[in-house]
Amino acid sequence: MTDITKEALSPPRSFLSQDAIQLFYRLLAVLLICAVLAVLNESFLSLGNILNVLRQASLTFFIASGLTLVVLTAGLDLSVGANVALSACIAGTVIHTTGSATLGILTGLACGGIVGLLNGIMVTALRIPSFIATYGMLWVLNGLTYWYMAGETLHGFPAGFRQIGSGYLFGLPIPVYLLLVFLGIGTLFAQRTIWGQEIYAIGANPVAARLSGIPVTRRLLLVYAVSGTMAGLASIIFLSRLNSAEADIGESLTLPAIAAVLIGGTSLFGGVGTVFGTFIGALILTLVLNGMNLLSVSANWQPLVTGIIVILAVWLDMKTRRRAQ
Amino acid sequence: MSTAVPDIAPSPVPLLQLRGISKTFPGVKALDDVSFALYPGEVHMLLGENGAGKSSLMKVLCGAYSADAGEFFYKGDKVTIASTADAQKLGIAVIFQEFSLVPYLDIAQNIFLGREPKGRIPGTIDRRRILADAKRLLDTIGFDIDPSIIVNTLGVAQQQMVEIAKAISQNARILVMDEPTAALSDRETELLFALIARLKADGVSIVYISHRMAEVFALGDRITVLRDGRRIDGVRPADVTPDQLVRMMVGRTVDMTYPRNFTDKPGEVLLQVKGLTAPSGISDINIEVRRGEIVGLCGLVGSGRTEVARAIFGADPVASGEIVFDGKPISGEPDMAARRGIALIPESRKSEGLALLRSVGDNLIVSALRKLFPSGLFDPRSGQRTADGLIRQLRIATPSARHTVGLLSGGNQQKVVIGKWLAAGAKLFIFDEPTRGIDVGAKSEIFALIDRLVAEGAAALMISSEQVEICHVCDRAYVMREGRVAGHLTRSELTEENIVRLGMHHA
Repeated sequence: MTDITKEALSPPRSFLSQDAIQLFYRLLAVLLICAVLAVLNESFLSLGNILNVLRQASLTFFIASGLTLVVLTAGLDLSVGANVALSACIAGTVIHTTGSATLGILTGLACGGIVGLLNGIMVTALRIPSFIATYGMLWVLNGLTYWYMAGETLHGFPAGFRQIGSGYLFGLPIPVYLLLVFLGIGTLFAQRTIWGQEIYAIGANPVAARLSGIPVTRRLLLVYAVSGTMAGLASIIFLSRLNSAEADIGESLTLPAIAAVLIGGTSLFGGVGTVFGTFIGALILTLVLNGMNLLSVSANWQPLVTGIIVILAVWLDMKTRRRAQ
Repeated sequence: MSTAVPDIAPSPVPLLQLRGISKTFPGVKALDDVSFALYPGEVHMLLGENGAGKSSLMKVLCGAYSADAGEFFYKGDKVTIASTADAQKLGIAVIFQEFSLVPYLDIAQNIFLGREPKGRIPGTIDRRRILADAKRLLDTIGFDIDPSIIVNTLGVAQQQMVEIAKAISQNARILVMDEPTAALSDRETELLFALIARLKADGVSIVYISHRMAEVFALGDRITVLRDGRRIDGVRPADVTPDQLVRMMVGRTVDMTYPRNFTDKPGEVLLQVKGLTAPSGISDINIEVRRGEIVGLCGLVGSGRTEVARAIFGADPVASGEIVFDGKPISGEPDMAARRGIALIPESRKSEGLALLRSVGDNLIVSALRKLFPSGLFDPRSGQRTADGLIRQLRIATPSARHTVGLLSGGNQQKVVIGKWLAAGAKLFIFDEPTRGIDVGAKSEIFALIDRLVAEGAAALMISSEQVEICHVCDRAYVMREGRVAGHLTRSELTEENIVRLGMHHA
């Protein structure tokens, strides 16, 4: 009886409002960074620069959005960058040999998806911890890509294809439209489908999820396949924007994507986080790097700053979450 | 009675004596004024039901728990046992059911772990001496094995021998064994008994916890029976019959009535388990549950009750046999069982039943998502309405559906676990210890709920170590022993004594 009354008297607390608070702080951080940069450098608020920030953020976001779903299940996908490289090189080859951009795009997406599915199979059927399975996959993919490319560079793609990454529609870069579309799809998938709900349940307690009748294996396969497919999508944007593909293009992509997920408030322990948060995370990361460029801070400082932001964001999240319990 | 030295002492001065030991945990009096004497060279049997206080007493003895009250005497001198180091100094060693050996070291290294003889070069170990010492030690307990064998390649019985050798090497004079034969074959059991006889002859005293009647009479010099944390009696095997012992273990004083509307005509068969055998350690299980029934599944902890529940639900793999649910065979993962209408309310609610950090509402609808949203599109508001309805129906004490479920009391958490299966429209509810860690008031609420469920045409299979509850609530019950169904008790046969008698090991 006593603890029932105690429960009734304590103010209602939940993770829904918790999510809202964390999102609010993040939007506040975005505004603050924008305000500071606007004061320090007048070209920050120029349309060209803002669109540039959004376009850059979109690349990180495509990879990070799929990764968010994996992290929501308390997993990790370290192979996304390597997956982008392999998918880009294969898609590029297909476009070169067939001349069909559509076929190339489909191949890139399929390649990414298959790699993701293989990750999923290692995690579920073989029960290898995702961190290790995808870390191994990273090396395998790198090896395949380097062997396949043999030091060559693919470049020169059809103008229509190049529009995807560098074209404009009504004054906005096409990747920004894609960003909005996939932000919408990702958010709807996570928040408004039963699959999304089950993914949160799996991340919060995989044992309880299984004993609650959730087909955990199938959902995990889906999540890793989606993460891989989003890497495939990112490979297409990359290919189209750079108009070239090399074996090493993926090497600087994985860690920023993980940073975006973490800055966005998704917990590595699973069950907590949103795709929208990851978008904000990608935005914060890009804004800070953009600001440093504008202020002529040496690029050598960028990793340090990224690291500090990640640690700060996760620390603040853990603090608010601990207080909520 | 409690502080008097038992008059059946085989020698005047006990090696170790405990007087008036009490130990309380929040909400439970685990030990209540228990006295216990152990004489040199005797095997002292400790008997009692699950939760009677055997394990607690053992832990007090070896210093793992410190007693709230009571005194210890060693050879007549007052001593304190406040830590495992204290117990070790007095020569007390425990052979646990779960062995504490390091799996990747060899036998000799395990025996002398932390006490290795030093080699000539500082920081090295004298490998040759360690092997020779180990071999000599193993010979003294009659265990003929090469001490350089890695422990994780040994069988359970051999690991137990190594544990005993290790204890002896630490000059243990008092060995505490917790169901040492539980995992042994008949042949291995014989070897262990021979070893025990040898140790006795050397003057080592043994506290022996057992659920097997045959062992109690074959090995025991004296028997102490515990019940509800109290010492009930101390007897010699020659002076009692197995039936008398069972009655001592059971004899309840608490009488509780739970609401139950029994029906004389149960409905059609909902679950039929035929010859179910599983690698988890159950074999040839035959069980039937009809609509409108609450069927008990009793037996000692470790007799395979939970394994039967998990196999039916698809949580563990099945080797052979058939499970027919609602007229059709069923197999596969838990999602299949859940889809067909089977619910499992697991024993460890916090680790297996709930996502503690998620909200009450999220937990309530997690199993019903497919039923509530057949299109696959989730509508949070509609989910919230369903959750609110369940909170009202089950009278779950929570400020709102958005409240974190981990902050609720045990009883309310249990209602959430049951509620998620109500939402899913389950027809068969398998309860594994549904009242564990739940206060009395919430208990009768849970039972009223189960009664209502079966009255409405569902069925329940209920695992419980609380025999009073089984007797009051169930229409009939199966009793398990060592992975098999040892017997079936109808409503009129359903007494605590019958449950204990069937569940104990007579052979």
